[in-house]
Amino acid sequence: MTARIGVVTFPGSLDDRDTRRAIRLAGAEPVALWHKDRDLHQVDAVVLPGGFSYGDYLRAGAISRFSPVMESVIEQAKAGLPVLGICNGFQVLTEAHLLPGAMLGNDHLHFICRDQKLRVENTDTAWTGDYTAGQEIHIPLKNMDGRYVADAHTLEKLEAEGRVVFRYLGLNPNGSLNDIAGITNEAGNVVGLMPHPEHAVESLIGTGRTDGLPFFTSILKKLVNA
Amino acid sequence: MSRTPLDTVEHAAGTPDVELPWAELGLKKDEYERVVEILGRRPTGAELAMYSVMWSEHCSYKSSKVHLRQFGEKAPQSDALLVGIGENAGVVDVGQGYAVTFKVESHNHPSYVEPYQGAATGVGGIVRDIIAMGARPVAVVDPLRFGAADHPDTKRVLPGVVAGIGGYGNCLGLPNIGGEVVFDACYQGNPLVNAGAIGVMRHEDIHLAKASGAGNKVILYGARTGGDGIGGASILASETFDDAKPSKRPAVQVGDPFQEKLLIECTLEAFAEKLVVGIQDLGAAGLSCATSELASNGSGGMRVTLDDVPLRDSTLSPEEILMSESQERMCAVVEPEKVDRFLEICAKWDVIATVIGEVTDGDRLEIFWHGGKIVDVDPRTVAHDGPVYERPYARPDWQDALQADDANKLPRPETAEELREQVLKLVGSPNQASKKWITSQYDHFVQGNTVLAQPEDSGMIRVDEESGLGVAIATDGNGRFAKLDPYTGAQLALAEAYRNVATTGAKPLAVSDCLNFGSPEDPAVMWQFAEAVRGLADGCLQLGTPVTGGNVSLYNQTGEAAIHPTPVVAVLGVIDDVARRTPVAFQEDGHLLYLLGDTREEFGGSAWSQVVHDHLGGLPPKVDLERERLLGEILISASRDGMIDSAHDLSDGGLVQAVVESALLGGKGARLVVPDGLDAFTFLLSESAGRALVAVPRSEELRFNDMCGARGLPATRVGVVDGDAVEVQGEFTLPLAELREAHENTIPALLA
Repeated sequence: MTARIGVVTFPGSLDDRDTRRAIRLAGAEPVALWHKDRDLHQVDAVVLPGGFSYGDYLRAGAISRFSPVMESVIEQAKAGLPVLGICNGFQVLTEAHLLPGAMLGNDHLHFICRDQKLRVENTDTAWTGDYTAGQEIHIPLKNMDGRYVADAHTLEKLEAEGRVVFRYLGLNPNGSLNDIAGITNEAGNVVGLMPHPEHAVESLIGTGRTDGLPFFTSILKKLVNA
Repeated sequence: MSRTPLDTVEHAAGTPDVELPWAELGLKKDEYERVVEILGRRPTGAELAMYSVMWSEHCSYKSSKVHLRQFGEKAPQSDALLVGIGENAGVVDVGQGYAVTFKVESHNHPSYVEPYQGAATGVGGIVRDIIAMGARPVAVVDPLRFGAADHPDTKRVLPGVVAGIGGYGNCLGLPNIGGEVVFDACYQGNPLVNAGAIGVMRHEDIHLAKASGAGNKVILYGARTGGDGIGGASILASETFDDAKPSKRPAVQVGDPFQEKLLIECTLEAFAEKLVVGIQDLGAAGLSCATSELASNGSGGMRVTLDDVPLRDSTLSPEEILMSESQERMCAVVEPEKVDRFLEICAKWDVIATVIGEVTDGDRLEIFWHGGKIVDVDPRTVAHDGPVYERPYARPDWQDALQADDANKLPRPETAEELREQVLKLVGSPNQASKKWITSQYDHFVQGNTVLAQPEDSGMIRVDEESGLGVAIATDGNGRFAKLDPYTGAQLALAEAYRNVATTGAKPLAVSDCLNFGSPEDPAVMWQFAEAVRGLADGCLQLGTPVTGGNVSLYNQTGEAAIHPTPVVAVLGVIDDVARRTPVAFQEDGHLLYLLGDTREEFGGSAWSQVVHDHLGGLPPKVDLERERLLGEILISASRDGMIDSAHDLSDGGLVQAVVESALLGGKGARLVVPDGLDAFTFLLSESAGRALVAVPRSEELRFNDMCGARGLPATRVGVVDGDAVEVQGEFTLPLAELREAHENTIPALLA
C-alpha cells in the first residue's frame, strides 16, 4: 500500500516536476494538482513546491495564496491534512496564515544558491519522522526572499513549543531570525522550509547528497502506518 | 483639422517624392535605393521599418555572411546533425530517440546600456529560440566578459548583468550550469554578455519556422506589444557607441520571466498535442522578423491585420508595432480546425493569444492597418535578400610587432620564493580567482537533472532518468590568444571547449559559436573576423564537430578602440551514462596525478604574462587538433572504464591553476614533482594546449599507462593527491587555507 501525495502547480511553479520525482523515488504516488482546481483529488498529503508563482509579483506567495486550490488546502490543513511548503511554498503558507511569520528579501540583496547545512530540531512533525533529533544535514538552498521574520512574541512561542524544525548551521544565508530555516504549526501537520529537499534525493544529481529523501519517506511511513 | 493620410502602398505609389528617414533608421543610401528598386516605388513607412530592421547588421549578417558560408562548405560529415545552420537553433541527435538543440547568442550592447534588463532579455531571447525548435529548455550557460575588474564601470555593469541573468533564468526554472567570467580592459565600455541555452526533445518533435498551407492561421501569443526596444536591432546592435549621440536607453527591452515561463509551458503543451505547423519566436526585429521569416520559409504568402495585435500602448503607430522588440512573444501557424484548441491551451496558462492573419496562396506578405494595405512585399526580399558586403580586410600593420614582442623572453621568477609569490598572485587574480560570488546567484539545481555545474569543466544534464543518458556543454574563448593570432585563437577556443567536454567524460558532437568583434568597417577588424571564422571552420572540419548555428556581434568598439577579437565557442557532447562522469575535484588521498600531453615553453597571451607583467605579445600556444582528439578519446575511455576519478583540463594559468582548483574543490592537497626535462616555471605555468591533469587510483595505474602508451599519448606521472597543501618538491609549499583565501576572496572584495 502506498500514499497519494499531491503537488500543486501554480503559474510560475518551478520545482513541481522535481517534487513529483522525489515523491516517486520515496515510493509514494505523486498526484499533480492544478491551481485553478479546488478539488484535491483525495490525496493524503500536499506539497506546495518552489518557484516564482505569479512571478513573485506583489510579494512572494501573496497572489497564489488566493488561488482556488488554496481554499481547499487551507481548509483541509486545518483539519489535519499534512502539508509541506518548500521555498515558495513556505512563502505561500505564511501568506495563507497556516504558518506564522513572513519572508523578506535576503539581507545581502542577492539571490543565493548553495549547499546549505541544517540541523533538524524537531522530528515529531508529519514530514521529519525519519530524521533523528539534532541530525545535521545538507540541503540545497536557492532563493531571493528567504529571510524569515516574526515578532518577538511569535518567535518566543515557536521556540518554546519546539516548532522550529530546521535551523541554518555554519552560515545564515539570508538573515533569518534565530537562524530559522523551517517551522511547523502547532499540530505538526504543516511544515514550511526554505531549502529544497526535493533537490537532494539522488546521489548523482545536484550536490550528490540524499539528505532530502527522508522528508518523503517520513510522510509515506506516517500515512501508510496511519 | 488636418490629418496625415495613412501611408498605404497606394499612397506611396502616388507620392514618389516623399522623403523618408531611411538614414535615421540605419539604412545606407545604396541600401535604400535597393529597396526602391525591389518594390518599383518608394516604400511605405511600414515597409521601410521592416527593411531597416531586417537589413541591419544584427539581423542580416551582411558583413559576415560571405565568411560564415565556410561553416557550411567545410562542414564535416556528421550523422548527428538533424537541423543545421539557418533555423532558430541547430539540432543534434544524441541517441535513444532524443535530440538536443543548443545555441549561443550575444546581448552585448543592450547589457552595457542597461545591465540588468539587457542581460535578462538575452536569456529570454535564447530560450525562445530553443522553444521554437520544439524542445523543452533544460539549462543555460553564460559566457561573460567585462572591463578591468577594478574599473568603476565594471562595478556598475557586472552586478547588474549577473542579477539580470539570475533574475530571469532562476525565475524560468532553468539551471545555469556553465559559462565564463573574464576581465580585460579591452572590454571596458563594451562588455560581452553572451547567453547559451540547451533544449531536449524527441526526434519527432522538431519544429521549424515556416508558414505553409493556405488558410492556416497566424497566431500571435504571449505578452502585449509595447514601445520597448523599438529600433533596437537596427540602431543598438549595429552602430558603434558614440558619446555625441543622444541616450539610447529606451531602445533596451524590458523582460518578464514569469510571462516567459507561461509561454514555455503553453507552447510545449501545444506541441504535445501536435497543434503547430510552424513557429517563430519574436526577438530582434519583432513582428517584422517573425512574419517575413515564417512567410519566406513556407510555401505561400501571408496576410496580417496589424489592428488585431494586442497592444500595451494604444498610441503605437503601425511602424512601431512592426519594429517593437517587446519580449515574451511568439508566433505560431495553426491549421484552422486546431485554432480553438490552441487558444484554449493559451487560456489555461493565462497567455493572451490572437489570430492576426493567415497563410495565403500567393507569394506576398501583405499587412493591413485601419483597412489600408501598408505592406506589400516579397517576404524573401526582407528576410533573405538583404545586402551582402564584401568588406575590405587587411592584416593590421601592428600584427608583426605584436607577435615579435615575445612573452617567452619576459623576466621569470629567479627563486623558489618568487615563483611561490607569483603562483599565489596568479590564482588570486580576477580572471583565475573563484567566481563563486557570481555563480551562487544562479540556480544550479532546478529541474533536478544537474549532474555537473560550474566550476566543473563542462556543465552536464541528465536527459533520461532510466538509461542515464546525458549531455554536456562547455563554452570557451580567449581574446588574448585571438588578438595575437585570430586563426589560431579561434581554434584554441574550439580546442578548449572540446577538451572541457571530453574531460568530464562526454563525447563532443557539435559546435555553436558567438563571434564578438569590433567594427566591420575597419579592415583590421574584418581581417580578424575572417581569420577567426576560417580557423574555426577548419578546426571543426578536422575535429568532426559541425557548427550548428550561432551568432555574430560586430561593432563592439568605442571610437577607434575595438575589443580583442573574441570568438566564443560552445561544444555540446553526449555521455551514455552520467554515472560515468568525471569531476574536477580530487577524490582521495594517494591517487596518482598524471599530466597528459606535451608541455612546451608557451607564454604568449598566458595568464602569467598578464598577471605578472601586464603583457600581451608573442604567439599563442600551438594547436594540434589531432592531439586534442586523441586526448579526448583517452579521457572518455578512462572515464567509461573507471580508470580515473578526477580530471581537469589545462588552460589559462597552466598546470598549477588546475591543481589548485582540483585541490580546493576536493579539500585535498597534492605533492608535485617537476618531471625530467622541464623547469619548475614552465611545468607550472606554461599554457600549452592539448593537456589535462587526471587522478588515477593506484589499482588502475598499469591499465591506464598501457592505454596511453598504446595510443601514443604522452602521460607523465607528476605527483600524488595528498595532505592539505599544494607542495612542489624542492620549490615551495602553499597550504590550502592560504590558497583558498587568495582564490576565493578576490571577487567578493572587488564587487560585493
